Amino acid sequence: MFYNTAGQFKTSYTKDQSLFPVKQDAILLGVVLLCAWIIFPMTASEFTFKTMLMPVLCYSLAALGLNVLTGFAGQLSLGTAAFMGVGAFACYKLITIFPEMNIIVAILLSGVFSSAVGVAFGLPSLRIKGFYLAIATLAAQFFLVWLFEKWHWLSNHNPSGAIEVPNIDMFGITVAGPNAAPVTQYYLILAIVTLITIVTINLTRGNQGRIWKATRDMDIAAELIGINLLKSKLTAFAVSSYIVGVAGALFVFLNLGAAEPNFFDIPLSFKILFIAIIGGLGSVMGNFMGAILIVALPVVIKFLPDAIGLEINPATVEHLNIMTVGALIIFFLIIEPHGLARLWQLIREKLIIWPFPH
Amino acid sequence: MSVTDLEPYTTEDGREIGGVVMEMKNITLRFGGVVAIKDISFDIRQGEIRAIIGPNGAGKSSMLNVISGFYTPSEGQVWYQGQPRPAMKPFEIARQGVARTFQNIALFEGMSTLDNIMTGRLTHMKSSMLSQGLWWGKAQQEEAKHREVVEKVIDFLEIQNIRKTPVGRLPYGLKKRVELARALAAEPQILLLDEPMAGMNVEEKEDMSRFILDVNDEFGTTIALIEHDMGVVMDLSDRVVVMDYGKKIGDGTPDEVRNNQDVIDAYLGVAN
Repeated sequence: MFYNTAGQFKTSYTKDQSLFPVKQDAILLGVVLLCAWIIFPMTASEFTFKTMLMPVLCYSLAALGLNVLTGFAGQLSLGTAAFMGVGAFACYKLITIFPEMNIIVAILLSGVFSSAVGVAFGLPSLRIKGFYLAIATLAAQFFLVWLFEKWHWLSNHNPSGAIEVPNIDMFGITVAGPNAAPVTQYYLILAIVTLITIVTINLTRGNQGRIWKATRDMDIAAELIGINLLKSKLTAFAVSSYIVGVAGALFVFLNLGAAEPNFFDIPLSFKILFIAIIGGLGSVMGNFMGAILIVALPVVIKFLPDAIGLEINPATVEHLNIMTVGALIIFFLIIEPHGLARLWQLIREKLIIWPFPH
Repeated sequence: MSVTDLEPYTTEDGREIGGVVMEMKNITLRFGGVVAIKDISFDIRQGEIRAIIGPNGAGKSSMLNVISGFYTPSEGQVWYQGQPRPAMKPFEIARQGVARTFQNIALFEGMSTLDNIMTGRLTHMKSSMLSQGLWWGKAQQEEAKHREVVEKVIDFLEIQNIRKTPVGRLPYGLKKRVELARALAAEPQILLLDEPMAGMNVEEKEDMSRFILDVNDEFGTTIALIEHDMGVVMDLSDRVVVMDYGKKIGDGTPDEVRNNQDVIDAYLGVAN
């Protein structure tokens, strides 16, 4: 009824291949974008910006990067956090070596560095698959975090190895560092995330996306129909690590303001993998759903018992959170391996024919 | 007509058969101590339907894998379009115009029928990743242009109604047809079919036979196929190679092969 697609005819292939062949999808996305661009910024408090909205966007972007690699190209990776770290440290070096550089340019450039590192660690993927590749990327995870700690040049010889974001102006407005207003930072992050998401959607629905999916679904057949597996896998690593690197730079520069090397350790990698799994591997939208769930869950668990008058101590909240996330992972792996995105897809299919059974 | 006769000729049903397009010269394929193919030579001519038959384990699929470049022969050479083919990766051979289907269906299960067939076009697509990322200019035009070719193949194989269905949900017979569509979309010089009718019922076999003949007739595509159903092979093919235990035991028109004593022995066994 609300999702009725009858009567929406396409008269050219270009129209049929447009992003939203179904009108209601476009309207729905419009509403989401309206919320993200206008309603949230008008209503949110500084605390909500810092702890909810911006982390959701950064995690979504990182998960999107991982999803390109794992969900679309089928190469399992456990080194996401380390690639985020490469992005963040590269951005820090760019900003301190070239202080006049525009922060947006620096963030987008830092992805190039993580992309190069990603391709280097992606080389084993030509020989090994599945869990074994995951272990190889795990090596990247440990090695890079070790490098962030030991190579003091990266943090400009800060004894703790941490990077601290200075105050950075852009067009006369402070956008990063302790003096920046959260709302400007939010808009910057949102703009970059929106841009990269659009490009990724286009890549994954076009020829490159089909090449990646073919590599994922059946690599032997893919090679025999003319796909260069080496190129396919390495472009997946390059694009994925680029997005992940930009996510890392955004997270540290525009949201956190500072980060220690061990922030990029394996728990963060797992967190992003969980977001991608819960959201849905092989989906773009799922990353956002997964990130919202993972970021909102602790808040809900913290405030819900208060709201209904239960007293609960902070340590228990933390434990409850871990238990719930664990249960969710198991639930999704067993019941719906394609995550929240697939659940939405099923609901959508039902809505299209509702209220009739066929 | 005999095998050595290499003049172009026209078949009874009016198809043009040209010169040799691919030739296997003394192909031997070894896996360690196992000899899968032993010193086999035969040719495939432009526009013909060439069948490779033989009992189980005769080395037919290995032969097809050599042609499509999945295996490199231990000895001997494949000549393609008048030249010896250098050692190449399978994807490079695919780009030269050799497309194939698989004995066990090898579709990309996570994609729709349309996307699966579109992958067949990728050797023809050239737009850069940047252009694709912006979905602008060349990438968009290319997508529509190749979609048109794919739609023709979809019409040809009568699978319009499953265009947007994920291939994982399709029944076996249709999957085989989608696989043929994917290979056809590549507009190959040589189409290799590895048991296109395995596991099909009579009607599905009839459909598939009709498609194979139509493809050959309308596009002039050279087809090499492996098949176990003798009735189908004898009716479809212009020439047949018979293999047994990795050796070639017969080669010629269906009638010649049918009366070949070695072939009869291989299939029916020899009375001791």
